[in-house]
Amino acid sequence: MNKRQKRGVPEGLWQRCPGCHNSIYRKEAEKRLNVCPECDFHFYVSAAERIVQVLDEGTFEEWDGDLSPADPLNFEDKRKYRDKLLDEQKRTGMNDAAITGTGMIRARRVAFGVTDSSFFMGSMGSVVGERLARLAERATDQDLPLIIVSGSGGGARMHEGILSLMQMAKVSAALARYDEAGGLYISVLTNPTMGGVAASFASLGDVVFAEPKALIGFAGPRTIKATIKIELPKGFQTSEFLLEHGYIDRIVSRDKLKSEIARTIDYCGK
Amino acid sequence: MEAPAPGFEFEQPIFELQLRIADLQKQEQTPELQDEVRKLRREEADLTKQIYGSLSPWETVKVSRHKDRPHTVDYLSLVFDDFVELHGDKFFGDDRAMRAGFAKLDQFKVLVVGHEKGRTYKEKSACYFGCAHPEGYRKAMAKMRMATKFKLPVICLIDTPGAYPGIGAEERGQAQVIAENMFEMSRLDTPILCVVIGEGGSGGALGIGVGDRVAMLEHSYYSVISPEGCAGILWKSHEYAERAATALKFTSSDLKRLGVVDDVIPEPLGGAHRDHHQTARRVKAHLIKSLRELLAIPNDERLAQRYEKFRRMGQFLDGNLAAQAGSTADESA
Ligand SMILES: [Zn+2]
Repeated sequence: MNKRQKRGVPEGLWQRCPGCHNSIYRKEAEKRLNVCPECDFHFYVSAAERIVQVLDEGTFEEWDGDLSPADPLNFEDKRKYRDKLLDEQKRTGMNDAAITGTGMIRARRVAFGVTDSSFFMGSMGSVVGERLARLAERATDQDLPLIIVSGSGGGARMHEGILSLMQMAKVSAALARYDEAGGLYISVLTNPTMGGVAASFASLGDVVFAEPKALIGFAGPRTIKATIKIELPKGFQTSEFLLEHGYIDRIVSRDKLKSEIARTIDYCGK
Repeated sequence: MEAPAPGFEFEQPIFELQLRIADLQKQEQTPELQDEVRKLRREEADLTKQIYGSLSPWETVKVSRHKDRPHTVDYLSLVFDDFVELHGDKFFGDDRAMRAGFAKLDQFKVLVVGHEKGRTYKEKSACYFGCAHPEGYRKAMAKMRMATKFKLPVICLIDTPGAYPGIGAEERGQAQVIAENMFEMSRLDTPILCVVIGEGGSGGALGIGVGDRVAMLEHSYYSVISPEGCAGILWKSHEYAERAATALKFTSSDLKRLGVVDDVIPEPLGGAHRDHHQTARRVKAHLIKSLRELLAIPNDERLAQRYEKFRRMGQFLDGNLAAQAGSTADESA
């Protein structure tokens, strides 16, 4: 692909790849499930797109879609949380950062959840926590394999304060019950999965997959740099770094995700 | 008589009274002068009560970080008898930011786990100012599991600015261990009592924070993020920490109202740092009372209640109905 081509091309047709810094023809990337054709960098996909990519066509049925965020703290920074919420809802068409429900993966019924890293950075407030806890509980009751695809740069959502932090405990407790009942939980980490999301449901899978080159970790790289005051090693907090240190089972490319999930479900006899 | 020393800015009026008292005491003592001193002492107490009764959230943060505030090691000697420290996670190392061991609480044999911030500079750097690494959380979990096996109740003392953000911490699975600790603590079949004694810093606090009862000392705070961190992200400047502290609603009374903590343990006049012994007596009384209550509940029921306690947390809208979980629902929206 000729890099010079991008000049004069209307915005939106091309996008710069954060992986290889090449300008990528958007249509070309979309054909590959939003993966860079040059370097295999996995771009953002919305929750709705993810459902289309992973579940069998037309099988998804949403659960708890009528929950919506409140503003328990009456939170205000430079702007009011409730105003920001309205903007985010309008911009994304979602009412909060997670969609949950049931659907089929290659004809296997599953409980499926996905967080969208563009809605308040995919952060977990009360609605995300409640949807995921109910998802785990329904998966327990209906004896379904549970798949959660995480994308969150924000972790626990600051705007709902301590209640967001408590969602980490709430969802983890629901997953513990699911575990106790013998359920199979496959956690899929995508770029980025950080903070309170990484430090709760995203890390609790029986099997943990990660998309290539995703940023995954507890503390943000900037926080770490500010604390230790040295440069961070190359590739720090990437999927490959986590694989090397033993925290994920497999790095799975987007085009293989569906079949890898199906195969894992079969191996576990679920 | 110790010479008065200036404290926090908001304590300046107390300090000025103390100076006046000290000044009077240097003079030749007459009955009138002694009356005056007594009067000023009463004023000092009233003023302290008034100031500490209406601390702002940011002032609360300062008190919770006071250099003389009692730490886990202080409670280990003042609340418990015969503490037997158990070191190491049998995997990587012995994190000094997390202490664990057998102890006696009155007639009860228990296991205590707690963050330790250190007092001297040497201690502080040895334990990264109370910021635990993955080995600390692994140690805590290993000891709690062992306690469960031998039917010992677990007491968790929470006092951390947060889990340590560093290269080694990430390499050794900081996110993983915090997630696993919450996951396991939600189902450990032994009574678990948690008390936030100073700073309840985010995931680092919650990593030993899932229990049957969660209490807070009056002037401690418990938050999703430090006020400085929140200010840096949302206001793009740490100078807004005071504003962030107010916005985050993380004081003990906020958390009681939000249904996150069960009990608030009152601190002695002027804060825990002024009287370790009295603070310890109150913490001890709380622990004994709560433990008695928990031991009276059948195990299955206690575990179910623990699950429900966390399951209820959060506030959201359900359809058109304002369905708000938590103990007092009508505060939101
Ligand atoms: Zn690329």
